[in-house]
This record gives sequence, structure tokens and C-alpha cells, in this order.
Amino acid sequence: MMRSIKQQPFRAVVLVLVWGWLLFLVLAPNMLVVGASVMTRDPSTFISLPLNLDAYRQLFNPLYLEVFLHSLYMAAMTTLICLLIGYPFAWALSRVEKRRQMLLIFLLIVPFWTNSLVRTYALKLILATNGLLNSALMSLGVIDEPAQLLYTEGAVIVGLVYLLLPFMILPLYSVFEDLRQDVLLASHDLGAGRFATFKNVVVPLTLPGALAGVMLVLLPAMGLFFVPDILGGSRNLLVGNVIKNQFLDARNWPFGAAASIVLTLTMALLMFAHRLSKRRLGEEGA
Amino acid sequence: MNRTLLSLSGISKQFDGKTVLDELSLTIDDGEFITLLGPSGCGKTTLLRMMAGFELPDRGTVTLSGADITQTLPEHRPLNTVFQNYALFSHMSVFDNVAYGLKMEKRPKAEIRERVEEALAMVQLEDFARRKPHQLSGGQQQRVAIARAVVKRPKMLLLDEPLSALDYKLRRTMQVELKRLQRELGITFVFVTHDQEEALSMSDRIVVLKDGHIQQLGTPREVYERPANVFTARFVGQTNFFPGRVTRVEDGRISVDVFGLNRELSKPSFRVVMNQTLHVLLRPEDIRVLAPDDTEGVAGKIVERNYKGSTLDSVIELEDGSHVMASEFFDEDDPTFDYSIGERVRVSWVDGWEWLLAEEGDEPLTDEEELAADDAEH
Repeated sequence: MMRSIKQQPFRAVVLVLVWGWLLFLVLAPNMLVVGASVMTRDPSTFISLPLNLDAYRQLFNPLYLEVFLHSLYMAAMTTLICLLIGYPFAWALSRVEKRRQMLLIFLLIVPFWTNSLVRTYALKLILATNGLLNSALMSLGVIDEPAQLLYTEGAVIVGLVYLLLPFMILPLYSVFEDLRQDVLLASHDLGAGRFATFKNVVVPLTLPGALAGVMLVLLPAMGLFFVPDILGGSRNLLVGNVIKNQFLDARNWPFGAAASIVLTLTMALLMFAHRLSKRRLGEEGA
Repeated sequence: MNRTLLSLSGISKQFDGKTVLDELSLTIDDGEFITLLGPSGCGKTTLLRMMAGFELPDRGTVTLSGADITQTLPEHRPLNTVFQNYALFSHMSVFDNVAYGLKMEKRPKAEIRERVEEALAMVQLEDFARRKPHQLSGGQQQRVAIARAVVKRPKMLLLDEPLSALDYKLRRTMQVELKRLQRELGITFVFVTHDQEEALSMSDRIVVLKDGHIQQLGTPREVYERPANVFTARFVGQTNFFPGRVTRVEDGRISVDVFGLNRELSKPSFRVVMNQTLHVLLRPEDIRVLAPDDTEGVAGKIVERNYKGSTLDSVIELEDGSHVMASEFFDEDDPTFDYSIGERVRVSWVDGWEWLLAEEGDEPLTDEEELAADDAEH
């Protein structure tokens, strides 16, 4: 009894801090964005009354719809490639001896210590017309003249995969860590071959991790505007570029705000789907 | 009935240069309940995994009903396993867990339904078919694992310490249940455990393993009453080891000096010579605790008493400092039967209830070796 009374001031401080944080740094800015999205564009004050839904209507402009779809396509390709690389990688990682596992995860995280902008420029040097990759391919005699690698859709996707792959691997690694070897043996024991075991046991049990990875890759992949800025040229834009351009270049705050809200809602929808799938698989997961 | 179902011959296995199984051979009969018993690291689980096909032997062959299955994949062996931690599919319902093996056989839906329901009824889980494994208690999960393994009607059921995660009372219930299942199904059970009590109460035959070698193979009674060596005697049940010295050897009889008493015993199966020292083994329940004024036995005093409900277990310290464990049933004619610590008593045993073992290092000789040894002497 004494203890709980003594602890109460501490509890109050923590609660105020947490709620204060959420209110002023999460809810308030987001409400400002929502507010901006329903206001009118104004050249001098950025936004002004009256309230309207013009910005949202503008999103349905075929031009922006095309950018959004192309952006979604590049993000989806990025996610798919991350999944295809990350899934076997995470599986193998979980099977490696414990001490080496720690080293490999460490190596996976090391690039985060370098600014991602710097790393994207590094990628540009590799992909450039007279860059490392072209020089290497030419000296090996694979190609006769430099290939156009930079400023393509492919370059953007490579850049996004490079930056986002760890976000796919880490949640997958955690579900593979929970995947017990004897469950796979049980499947074989009951007459299932490798493929049937993979399809009926491994995939369903690792699905929550794959979904978490997809969530962590797909949405950032739509927003990382500096990747197309550096690698993509003018035709390969992401939703993130549109938002950035509306705020910084076109000075159309309501439209930029509306675009970012649509992006946020997409994320919320995905998280909801993820929760549903988790519940369906049972609390224990693996 | 004694048809050989599975035979292992010359099985050797090493992990990282450490020998786990060494030239081990064993045949398992159709329909028997055989237990692999031993301390952890004795190779019992590796042996079971080799039968299931999860592990391949470095050398030796595994034969099932006459066919060599040494290299056969687990999914093609007509055997099923109950895993130590059940290894249920957590994303499937109880029904789907049990149905899994039949679905893999591509059985018709109606047949699957019928056989799954039958299997669930057998383990009294009919009403739990729709639950997920995590909604069940440990004992219920155990039953699902058993139903899942027997639904395919395997030739043999392999059980890897299936009861070790359950509490004592539930374990006893499941022991009885497993015995019942085995009788009803008529399937051969290979049961791995480190619990000697479990092994004794359930098995038709026990294989005692240590360091990848079979120490003894026999019925529970043989293993308990006539242990083949000091390890088996110590591992299976509690045993008093009395030091004996041979004072006379005759045809069929020998005299042995134990704590200064001269006891006449029947001659053991191994070679005995004059003045040889040997172990005289007595189980606690073979010990008789007598009144201090009795003429028989060795003098000592009670240093420990343990009321066990149906028995009174005591430890008696003899004059030379050695301890003797005794376990006596309560005598209905003597309701006041009890000891106090420090009480003086005499310790004896009924003639013929002892078991003799050569001192370790002197492995029991086979008949052939005994003849050879005899020849060398003459």
C-alpha cells in the first residue's frame, strides 16, 4: 500500500509526459495537416479560408492519379523484391549458429549509421554512365558501350530496395526465430514433403512477419522522395516527391497536405489488415 | 506375436566428433511397448530420431518389416512421432492438426472427417476440434499430438519424452492412458524417457542406454531385479550396494562375507573365485529391519525416517559408517510401527532376495568367455 502511494507521483509524471508527447507532437501536427488539407491555397499566407475539399478533388486529376499509380507500382516492386530477397535471407539467418547470427544482424544494421542521402549518392556513383558498374561490365566485355542505368525506373527501385531491405529482413527474422524445428519435422513425419511443408506450415507461420515487413517497406517506399530526386530523373516520381514539391516548389499546401493524408490513411488501412491477420493466426503466432 | 518389426544393426553416429551411438543393434517386436531409458546424453533420443528418419546413421542399417529404410525420408516411413513439446501447428485448429497427415495422403474428405473424429474421441477431445492449440491445457495439447500421430495408423508410434512437460499427477494419468491406447490400437510403441519409474510401469521391455551403448535389455522385472551392471542397478530404482568377499565356492553355491556375516548365496552367472570382492545388491524393500536384541543381521541405528503414506522409508547407519536404505510396508497388525531417530536396530534381508554383481571393470562374462577363461586356468 505504502509503495503504491509513493509510486504515484512518478506514475503521474510518466503519464503526463506520454500523453503530452502524443498530444503535442503526434495529434496536433496531424490535425494541422488535416486542417491545411481542407483550406484554400493562398500565395502570400500559404493557406486561408474558406474550407473546401478542392485539394482532395485535385488528387483525382489523371496526372496525379498516374503519378500515384506509378509510385505505387515502384513501391510494390520494391516490396516484392525485398520480400524475395529478405525471406530466404531471414530464414538462413535464423538457421546460422547463434554467435554468427549476431554478427550478421550487426552487419545488416551498420549501414544505418551512414546518412541514407549519402548512401544514395554512393549508389549514383555506381550506376552512373561512366560509373563502377558500367566500367566493370565493359572491361569484362559484357557490353560494348555504357548502358543507361541511372535515371531509370530500375535505378529508383534498386535505390529503394537498398535502403529498405533491412526493414523487411528484421521482422521476418523474428518470426523465423520463433519457428521451431520440430514443427517442420512433425510435418515431414506426417507425410508432407519439402514443398507441402513450406506451403502448409512455414508460410502460414511466418506470414505475420512478412506482413510486418511489407508494411515497413511499402509505405516508406512511396515517400522516400530523395531517391527519385537523385536516381530517377523527372519521370519516375514517388508520392513523396509530389508532397514535397507541393510544399516547397508549387506552394500548394492544401494539396500537399491532402496527398500526405491519403498516404497516412493507406498505412492505417494496412496496419488494420495486419492486426486482423495476426488475430486470425492466434495470439501465439509461431 | 514375436515377429520382428524394426531392427537396427551396427548403428553408429557421431556429432562433432563425439560418439553418440556406438555399433548399436536392437530389434523391436511387432506390438510391443519398448522403452529407451537412460540419462540425458545417452543417445536415446538420437536413436528414436533415427527410427523416424530425422537423423541418418553414419554406419549401420535400419530395417522395417524386412525392408531397408536407412536412407528413407521421414515422410515416406510408415511411422509417426509424438514430440517432446508436442510440435503442434499453432495456426491450425485441433481438427486440422489431426487431419494434416491424412490430407497429405490425399484421402477423401468424408474419410478424413470420420477418422479425425474417431482419433479425437479416442483421446477424449471430441468437443475441442475447433479450438486452436494455444487454447488448450498442456495435457490436452499432448492428447492432440497423440491423436495426430495415431490417426495415420502407423506401424509404430515413436514417443520422445512425451510426458516430461506435464505435472506429476497428469503424468500418471497419461501413463495409464497411453498403455490403454497401445492395447486398443495394437501398435508398437517406442517410448523415450529418463524416468525409470515411468519405464518400469509402462514397458514390455526396457532398453537401458548409457554413452551410446545398450547396458541392458529386458523386461522391467529383469532390469529391476537382475540388473546387468552397476550402472543399471544405480539408475533403475534405489539400491543398497553391500561389499562382499567370497569365502567359499561350491557347485551352485558360494559363501560371501558381508559386514562380518557369512551368508550362503546361490552362485551368480559370472565367474567367482575365492577371496574375490563383489557387490551384494539389495533393494530398500528387500531389507528387513529387526529389533536390536535379534540374533540375526548387522547392528546399526536409524538416522533418517521418511513417512511415505504406504511405506516407511528409513536410513540406517551401520557401525562401519555405511548407510542402508530400507523401505517397509506398514504392518496392519502393528499400528504403532515407527522408528525414532537414533533408535538401535539390526539390519538383515531374506536369503535369495539379493543380487550379485562383479566389481565394475569385471563385466559379466558370456558363456563363451567363461569357457575360455576356464580353459586358460587349467
